[in-house]
Amino acid sequence: MKIVVCIKQVPDTAEVKLDPKTGTLIRDGVPSIINHDDRAGLEAALQLRERVGGTVTVVCMGPPQADVALREALAMGADDAYLLSAREFGGSDTYATATIIATALKKIGFDLVITGRQAIDGDTAQVGPQIGEQLRLPQVSYAEELDVDGDYIFVKRQFEDSAHVLKVKMPCLVTALSELCEPRYMSVRGIVDAYEKTVTVWGFDDLKNDLNPEWIGLKGSPTNVFQSFGKKMRDPGTLLKDLTADQAVEAIMEKLIERHII
Amino acid sequence: MSKDIYVVVEQRSGAIQKVSIELIGEACKLAADSGEQVIAVLLGYNIKDKADMLIHYGASKVLVIDHPVLEHYTTEPYVKAVTKVIKDCDPNIVLFGASSIGRDMAPRVAGRVHTGLTADTTRLDIDVKKYQEYLKTSTSLALQPERVDALDTSDRYLKMTRPAFGGNVMATIVCRNYTPQMATVRPGVMEMPKKDTSRAGEIVPFDANLSMDDMNVEILKVVHDDKKTVDITEAKILVSGGRGVGGPDGYKPLRELADVLGGEVSSSRIGVDSGWIEKDRQVGQTGKTVHPNLYIACGISGAIQHLAGMEGSEFIIAINKDESCPMMKIADLGIVGDLHAIVPKLTEAIKAYQRSQTL
Repeated sequence: MKIVVCIKQVPDTAEVKLDPKTGTLIRDGVPSIINHDDRAGLEAALQLRERVGGTVTVVCMGPPQADVALREALAMGADDAYLLSAREFGGSDTYATATIIATALKKIGFDLVITGRQAIDGDTAQVGPQIGEQLRLPQVSYAEELDVDGDYIFVKRQFEDSAHVLKVKMPCLVTALSELCEPRYMSVRGIVDAYEKTVTVWGFDDLKNDLNPEWIGLKGSPTNVFQSFGKKMRDPGTLLKDLTADQAVEAIMEKLIERHII
Repeated sequence: MSKDIYVVVEQRSGAIQKVSIELIGEACKLAADSGEQVIAVLLGYNIKDKADMLIHYGASKVLVIDHPVLEHYTTEPYVKAVTKVIKDCDPNIVLFGASSIGRDMAPRVAGRVHTGLTADTTRLDIDVKKYQEYLKTSTSLALQPERVDALDTSDRYLKMTRPAFGGNVMATIVCRNYTPQMATVRPGVMEMPKKDTSRAGEIVPFDANLSMDDMNVEILKVVHDDKKTVDITEAKILVSGGRGVGGPDGYKPLRELADVLGGEVSSSRIGVDSGWIEKDRQVGQTGKTVHPNLYIACGISGAIQHLAGMEGSEFIIAINKDESCPMMKIADLGIVGDLHAIVPKLTEAIKAYQRSQTL
C-alpha cells in the first residue's frame, strides 16, 4: 500500500506575539514545527505500514527551509520525501495550494492520501478537502480512528455531537485530527538516516505539464487578503463588588445575552 | 449576472442547526445593503416541513432538496447538490456554517465550481462605511485612521473577516474575480434574527439529479453521545477553576455550568498539581494556550503563566473573592464574590433562559 502524507511547516502559533503598537505579528525567533494534525496523520500512516506493509511518502509545499520538516518526517520513519518549492507557488490560497499539491500527488501516485485536518497558522481546514476534490477522491475528514482491510479503509469520523464509522474504498483521502495518534519521537538512527536520504525538490518546471499557471500563486488564487490587523487591545473591564449572588448572576447573564453566548 | 445571497442550511436528524438561522439573519442584513434576496438551500430527507421556519426567520425563498441519499451527511451527495444549485442559479454569495459538516462540504464545492472560499469567518461586510466603522472601533487600525479612510467606499465585494494565527491576527479576505463569493461562518457569532410567523415566501423543490449511487462512502455506524477526548483548545467556552474551587468536588458545579453553555472545564496549574483534575485540562505556560469566545475564571488569581495561556480569550469573566488579583485586571467583567454561591445560580439562570428561547 502506498500512503502519501501531506504536511505543512508552520510557526508555533503559541509563541507568536503581537506588536502592541502596530498590531502586526512578531515572527522573529518563533520556532517552525510540523503542524500537529499532520504529525498525527504521519504517525497513523507509519502504524498502518507496520501492520500491512507498503510505503509512506511525505509531501510538503513551502519555502526551501521546509526541508527541515521533511527531514524530521524521514527521521520518524517515512520512506521518501518531496518538497514542492517555487517562486510561482508563493502567495497561493487554499484553492491554488491544493491545485499544486494534487498535481504532485498524481505524479507520485498513491492508494491513500492523509492530510492534517487544519494548520495552526491558517486554520482553514480547506486544503485537505480541496486536494481531494482536485483528485476526485472520496474523502473522510476529522478522522479519530483509522484502519485498513484489503482495498478498504475504516474510519471513525468526528462531528460535534456524534461520530460516523465509515467504510471507503481506496484510493481516498483522510484528514486527521491530532487525537488520531500520539506521534512518535525521532530515533537517533532515524535522524542519521534522514540526512542520508534525499528530499526530492520539485519546482514549477517539474509540474508544469499538468499545472495551469493561471490557477496557482498569488495571481491564480481566487481569494486575496484585503486588510490584516490586530484585535484591539483589551479595554479595561468592569469590576463589580458588594453584590448579592443574585445580582452577580444578573450582571453575568446580561453580558452573556449581549454577546450572544446564550 | 450573479445575484442573491444563498445560505446552505444545516440539519442533523431533521433538526435545523442554530448556525443556519444565524446565517439567515446575517444574510438579511447584507441583502439590505446590496439590494438582494436571501435564499435558503435546505438539504436532507423528509425535511420539507422545515422550510416554513426558514421563511419565518427571513429567507425570501427556500430551495428544498429532499432525497434519501441525503439522510445522513456524507460529502459527495451534498457537494453535488449544492454545486448544482450554484450552476443553475448563479448566486452572488453562498454562506455555510463553519461546523464540521460545513467545513467538510464547502471546500469541495468551492473546488468544484472553481471559486474562492474564506474559512471560519466572524464578520461579513458589503457596505464599506460599516466596515470602516468596525475597523476604527474594534481593531488595531483604530490607530491608523488614514489607512481606513483611504478605502474605496463604492466597493461592493463581500469583505470576509476571520482570525488567523491562533487568533493573534485578523484578516479580511475578498474574492473579486470568481463567483460565487463563499464563506463558512463561525457558529454563535452572528445575531439570531427574530422569528415572524406572518412572513411569507416561496418554497420550491429543487431537483439536483441525485441517486443513491452518489454516495461513495458507506456508513457502518452512527455513534451518538460519544465520549470524546477533551481538547480544551478547541472549546469555544471554558469554565476554568483555580485554587478558589477548593478541591476535586469544587469542579462539579463548574462542569454543570460548562455543560449548559456547551463548553468545557479547564483549570489553572494548582488544580492539576493537586490532582483535582486531569492534566489535559490545564491552561497556561505549561498547559495549553486557549482562545475561547468566553473564559470564565472561577477562583483563579491569575499568575502570569496562567494569563499567558488565556489572555487571547475573546471575553473574560472573573469570579473571585480578591478584587486586587491580576485576573481582575484583565477581565472584561470582574465579579468580587463567592464562586460557590454564584456558579450554581448562574447555571440555573442560563437553563431558564435557554428554555424560554427554544425555537
